[in-house]
Amino acid sequence: MTLSIGFTLNGKAVSMEADPAERLLDTLRYRLGLTGTKEGCGEGECGACTVYLDGLPVNSCLVPTYQVRGARVETIEALDPVQLGPFLEQGATQCGACTPGVVMTALWISAHPELLETHTVRELMAGNLCRCTGYDGIVDAVATTIGEVGEGGRGKGEA
Amino acid sequence: MQRREGLAKLTGRERYVDDLPLEGALWGMTVRSPAPRGRVTAVRFRPDVNWSEIVVVDYRDVPAANEILLIERDQPVLAAAYVRHVHEAVLLVAHPSREMARRAARAVDVVVAPEPPALDFRAPPRPEQIQFGRDNVLKRLQIAKGDVEQALARAPVVVEGVYETGAQEHVYLETQGMIAWLENDVLVVKGSMQCPYYVLNALQHALGRDERRVRVIQTPTGGGFGGKEEYPSTIALHAALLALKAGRPVKMVYDRPEDMASTTKRHPSLVRHRTALTTDGRLLAQDIEVVLDGGAYVTLSPVVLSRGIIHAAGPYACDNVRIVGRAMFTNAVPFGAFRGFGAPQTLFALERHMDVIARALGLDPVELRRRNLLRDGQSTATGQVIRDGTDRIAVLERALALSGYREKQHSHAAFNAAQRSQRRGIGLATFYHGAGFTGGGEVHLNSRLQVAGLPDGRVEVLSANIEMGQGTLTVFTQIVADRLGLAPEEVVIGEPDTARVPNSGPTVASRTTMVVGRLIERAADDLRHRVGLDDRARGAAVKDAIMRWHREHRGEPLLGEAVYERPPGIAWDEERYQGDAYAAFAWAAYVAEVEVDLRTCTTRVIDFVAVQEVGKVINPTLARGQVQGGVVQGLGWALMEECKVENGAMINNQLTNYIIPTSDDVPPIRVAFVENLYPHGAQGAKGLGELPIDGPAPAILNAVAAATGADPRAIPLTAERLMEIVERTH
Repeated sequence: MTLSIGFTLNGKAVSMEADPAERLLDTLRYRLGLTGTKEGCGEGECGACTVYLDGLPVNSCLVPTYQVRGARVETIEALDPVQLGPFLEQGATQCGACTPGVVMTALWISAHPELLETHTVRELMAGNLCRCTGYDGIVDAVATTIGEVGEGGRGKGEA
Repeated sequence: MQRREGLAKLTGRERYVDDLPLEGALWGMTVRSPAPRGRVTAVRFRPDVNWSEIVVVDYRDVPAANEILLIERDQPVLAAAYVRHVHEAVLLVAHPSREMARRAARAVDVVVAPEPPALDFRAPPRPEQIQFGRDNVLKRLQIAKGDVEQALARAPVVVEGVYETGAQEHVYLETQGMIAWLENDVLVVKGSMQCPYYVLNALQHALGRDERRVRVIQTPTGGGFGGKEEYPSTIALHAALLALKAGRPVKMVYDRPEDMASTTKRHPSLVRHRTALTTDGRLLAQDIEVVLDGGAYVTLSPVVLSRGIIHAAGPYACDNVRIVGRAMFTNAVPFGAFRGFGAPQTLFALERHMDVIARALGLDPVELRRRNLLRDGQSTATGQVIRDGTDRIAVLERALALSGYREKQHSHAAFNAAQRSQRRGIGLATFYHGAGFTGGGEVHLNSRLQVAGLPDGRVEVLSANIEMGQGTLTVFTQIVADRLGLAPEEVVIGEPDTARVPNSGPTVASRTTMVVGRLIERAADDLRHRVGLDDRARGAAVKDAIMRWHREHRGEPLLGEAVYERPPGIAWDEERYQGDAYAAFAWAAYVAEVEVDLRTCTTRVIDFVAVQEVGKVINPTLARGQVQGGVVQGLGWALMEECKVENGAMINNQLTNYIIPTSDDVPPIRVAFVENLYPHGAQGAKGLGELPIDGPAPAILNAVAAATGADPRAIPLTAERLMEIVERTH
């Protein structure tokens, strides 16, 4: 059995048949060729597969594709690279496997600075696992994009 | 210079193995042993799968030798009649649909007549558990210096201690993956790996193909940490066997649970110390026993043990040292390379033991280290005389100053007296890490590298060393650009493709920048000479000469070349385990500050300072990132990462319950470098990648000991484990 669904992907209308058990992550990667979204764990722990669903970051490995019927989905491919300067400067990417998910969450935080009234950048980024950077480069990049002085490693650390 | 492939990674455009489109490919899956040891009595195919659609491969499909070529040849590509660990590969299946391939793999029952497994590397094996030699010892090694027995007998103080470390999973964010296909009778294997030539050699050996009929290409690799040093040979062989049988491309990409359950981990260890000292804390003798769990096949355990024992006595001067090491066969999933390669285990034991000694002597831990740190002209356990001009005391002092060590000791005393349940403490580790292969390893590798001048005047590096996040592409670009006076965009780093690049050795052992980078400099010089220039020629002169050469030699390749040369004055005696174990050491002092909640026994690292001397820092942003990432990986190993095993199988093989640090679990990692140029490394650089994982665990546990008065001697120091220790202490 498959279900007919339609949704908006990176601003364009998409319609397809999907198995009820199909994951949005697999639909994006293997059927629509959008391989920027990565699989890290397959169970919503690592955040490498983060996409925006109606403007909110979600783990696409936990979203059945049929559930995005009528919704707005945005992936890393839709982002404007102009925003990414601080991520390069601060060393926010190393191996790159977690990076698209990190960037999706990080830019969502910068678009919602009110979150920082109640949470730290480190708390808000805790749903994206990174095994390479130790997080300082990521936290510093987020802090830079929202105009804060680096709280990661640099400001306090390097002598 | 910014990371070269950084923007491609940030925008998701970088293509990893699972991102590559592959027309008509099948998905490969692995059927694994359910038991830790026994004879395979039957393989049953359940009828709920249409087996006519499934490609099936077993050991009989291995054309030449059913052996994974590494140090030994004991590990089969696919188990035949006998299995030695849970999750050992027995059968392979493939189907165009990933889901169907998965279902088929689940529909095979491997029936094993169980035999008694050896599962505890610390206990002497019972006769029925013996499976390797006479005593299950995979490898024995020994280092001897001076007369340990006499020094112990005469010493005024002897302090003993036993220390243990657990297995650690790499958790590279990109799981293992490989694709294989035939192209005009050439087998092409492409995927995530650290060592293309290891994979090439393994394919040639098992498949009986000469090097013209096999080609291995590395794809951008999403983290390795040693986990993609030797294991990729296995999955490459599996994908190749399926592709050869199917006559179609085959892709194998492990999901996270399969990757965690069936691939290598850091070797668990047990280290015993017996140390003789003067009453004022000078080392008189170090008697050290190191035992590693090797798992069910030899893999790299002998060389992990080697690096482990060489680092076991630490960066201290001591005239009498005896270190005996053994790696044990067990029926565990084989342990393998992991960043640090045995040194983190023995340095954890040593640096925790130094604080145990300090407490026993009533001496300050800083003072104990200051009195014993190697001065130039003194020698290590293998008799290697250190004369590199690094002021190791200054490295320590810098770490103390940056961390506010003394001030914090005082403020913690006041804090701890005022608080009911919170306890703060600060801890230290001083350590070193040898860069490059151990002993004669680099000579044996005989690495070769080429630098090509292209017709348009650009220069291309042809090397087998790969990018896995640590910055190879960027640092290689900088080294060429600086050497020849070119702009970074005039430098090309060739794809690691064994059909094109010479064997410049594996991307392991903190050797890429120091050893391979130096080959790049020499090959670039050679290129300059081949176009009639001397070593002073730079920039436009180099470009023009390369273009002129191509106009005069149309269609010919222009290649500068370099082969490894041992730095002068280095000698190693493999028989006696004496001499210059490494061409260079990186030195470090790390300081951790922790807060322990005595109600829950959770430990939080609230500050961390990492000071190191790694020679020239070629790219400060990348170097800082290596240190911060290594420290956090070490923090995970110290406090939270625990492989829970039942009957030889990991049972928490998912990121839900194998816990690695998040951004909220770690403080900013404060990094500083002391630079002392090493004349035989690229631009004066020494190895860096592994050093940062050696220090965090002992520094953090020393801080916990300072905070709580407890005496933890095993990691991971989870809340449960600390609670037991604290309850025993009070």
